[in-house]
Amino acid sequence: MPQDNPTAPMDDREPVFQARIDRDEKIEPKDWMPEKYRRTMIRQISQHAHSEVIGMQPEGNWITRAPSLRRKAVLLAKVQDEAGHGLYLYSAAETLGATREDMIADLQSGKAKYSSIFNYPTLTWADIGAIGWLVDGAAIMNQVMLCRTSYGPYARGMVRICKEESFHQRQGYEIMLTLSRGSDQQKAMAQDALNRYWWPSLMMFGPRDDDSPNTQQSMKWRIKRQTNDELRQRFVDQTVPQAEYLGLTVPDPDLHWNKEREHYDFGEIDWDEFWQVVKGNGPCNRQRIAHHVAAHEEGEWVREAALAYQARKASAEEAA
Amino acid sequence: MSRNQSQKLPLFEIFVRSKRGLDHKHVGSLHAEDHEMALQHARDVYTRRSEGVSIWVVKSSDIVASQEGDEDAFYDPMDDKPYRHATFYEVPDEVKHM
Amino acid sequence: MAASTHPIFEYALALGDDALVLGQRIAEWCSNGPYLEEDIALSNVALDYIGRARMLLSYAGEAEGQGRNEDQLAFTRDCRDFRNLLIYELPRGDFGFTMARQLAVDAFEVPFFEALTRSSDRTLAGIAGKALKESRYHLRHSSGWVIRLGAGTDESHRRMQDGLDQVWGYTPELFQMDAAEAALAESGVAVDRAELRQQWESTLDEVLKQATLGRPADDWQIDGGRRGVHTEHLGHLLSELQFMQRAYPGLEW
Repeated sequence: MPQDNPTAPMDDREPVFQARIDRDEKIEPKDWMPEKYRRTMIRQISQHAHSEVIGMQPEGNWITRAPSLRRKAVLLAKVQDEAGHGLYLYSAAETLGATREDMIADLQSGKAKYSSIFNYPTLTWADIGAIGWLVDGAAIMNQVMLCRTSYGPYARGMVRICKEESFHQRQGYEIMLTLSRGSDQQKAMAQDALNRYWWPSLMMFGPRDDDSPNTQQSMKWRIKRQTNDELRQRFVDQTVPQAEYLGLTVPDPDLHWNKEREHYDFGEIDWDEFWQVVKGNGPCNRQRIAHHVAAHEEGEWVREAALAYQARKASAEEAA
Repeated sequence: MSRNQSQKLPLFEIFVRSKRGLDHKHVGSLHAEDHEMALQHARDVYTRRSEGVSIWVVKSSDIVASQEGDEDAFYDPMDDKPYRHATFYEVPDEVKHM
Repeated sequence: MAASTHPIFEYALALGDDALVLGQRIAEWCSNGPYLEEDIALSNVALDYIGRARMLLSYAGEAEGQGRNEDQLAFTRDCRDFRNLLIYELPRGDFGFTMARQLAVDAFEVPFFEALTRSSDRTLAGIAGKALKESRYHLRHSSGWVIRLGAGTDESHRRMQDGLDQVWGYTPELFQMDAAEAALAESGVAVDRAELRQQWESTLDEVLKQATLGRPADDWQIDGGRRGVHTEHLGHLLSELQFMQRAYPGLEW
């Protein structure tokens, strides 16, 4: 496969590459691509994969305590889907030459990031509802856009993921609906979950466009098709009426409908909190990584045994 | 976490025939130590919603097809999990965009 | 203690409890598997058991005729009223123990549900037909792992043998029948467990041979699950399983 030569000032294949993107054609694994595109794609896809995998933990926290057998089956199926989605994404990143081992090592060392939302704790059953409704709602908005991203394997993975995730948000909203029609204690539990998860959900779209230096290049390469602020606005616009239907109050005193813009105006995110969580200082960052490392290390003897068995079988077949 | 090349679980490409009459279609990849585990994992990873009637796993130049006799045990247990589909959930008409 | 003595209720409840507590145990693997692909595989096994538990407990509730549904049966009974066999409630242990238990259970459940598909009770026969397909797949999964781990590395061989040794004394209970179950078997509703022993042993012997593992000696056995005399582990499993219904009794979620 022809590789980008980092010493060349400007590769003459780059205009061909850009022209293909401008025609809305997909880039496929064996195509020539600028090294920076490859690195950006690996970073973005692997971080997306890590988000799915680490995202299993806060929800997995309630599988053994789900309040009904139906809810238990639904939640387990959902968390299992997230494992599957992580796997689709690792698989897409591997088409670019990254290995699963390296990506996992980067996650565990803190070099690779994952969505900051999963560093908040799930304290009550209502948090499972709030995560499905808000977090999956925000994720889907981003993922629908990524179905049209320029890298073929990533886009195809996203199509599959979006199809499967359609139930995730609905199951979350259904939990919130049940709580909001339930006892006073259940309503309070739902409101409390919304209070704690609203702002972290808005943070999921990333920094403001002004503070997001990579956005322009990502738009040019059609990795992203919409900016962080555009997606965030759309999320607020469609989620506020859903909260109203539940009879819950969005914890933002500045939130109001702007008739001229035909959008909701909303308050400022606490960006200090956002950056602290991104840097690894959120409520659960250390716990999440420690959990992942512990499972990975405990699985080491199993993986080794599987390989040793396979090697023994292969050499026995060769000898036969 | 540094592991040398020989210690990695190999990568398999997965092809799924979604129904009779259609070609096997590439759906992605996964890691497994051998073909049997690759097939089992493919069943669990890529056919959780009864998306397939047959799976191929390919390691480098090898192609291995799943056994036809496996169909019942492979796929029927997924038929009773309607909660994986969006239509399983009741969302009032007034609630949009979901 | 349960007041009801309806034999179909007792039978469906016992089988439902088996599926429920093992489903809960296997679900504990979610996000803790040795690698992502296997994590997903274990969740599928857990989902099969939870689905089975729902069908069996619902049917038990119907047979009882006192209006108890699957959730009331799962979440409001205490330890002494649970009827599952002890092997199903043991803690998940390491991956070797999980696979040892699973092999013992799967090798039993395949012929058990095969026989139950011929039950004169059509609901039980229908549930068995579905469970049989699941268990055939589970057996393929667990036997593959027992062989790999047994014949893998020194460490995996040791852990796998340990797992087998630890679970072994809980396997005889799989073949025990009380008077009520024997009467149901007599009338063509239940399966005669004792008759399954030979097939179970030959399945295990075949797998253990390939796995280069030794079959543990039959010199200890613990039972009591069907009489509600459980291990200490069950109470803790229930305190997690039933947390919401205990903290907020009687609410819909």
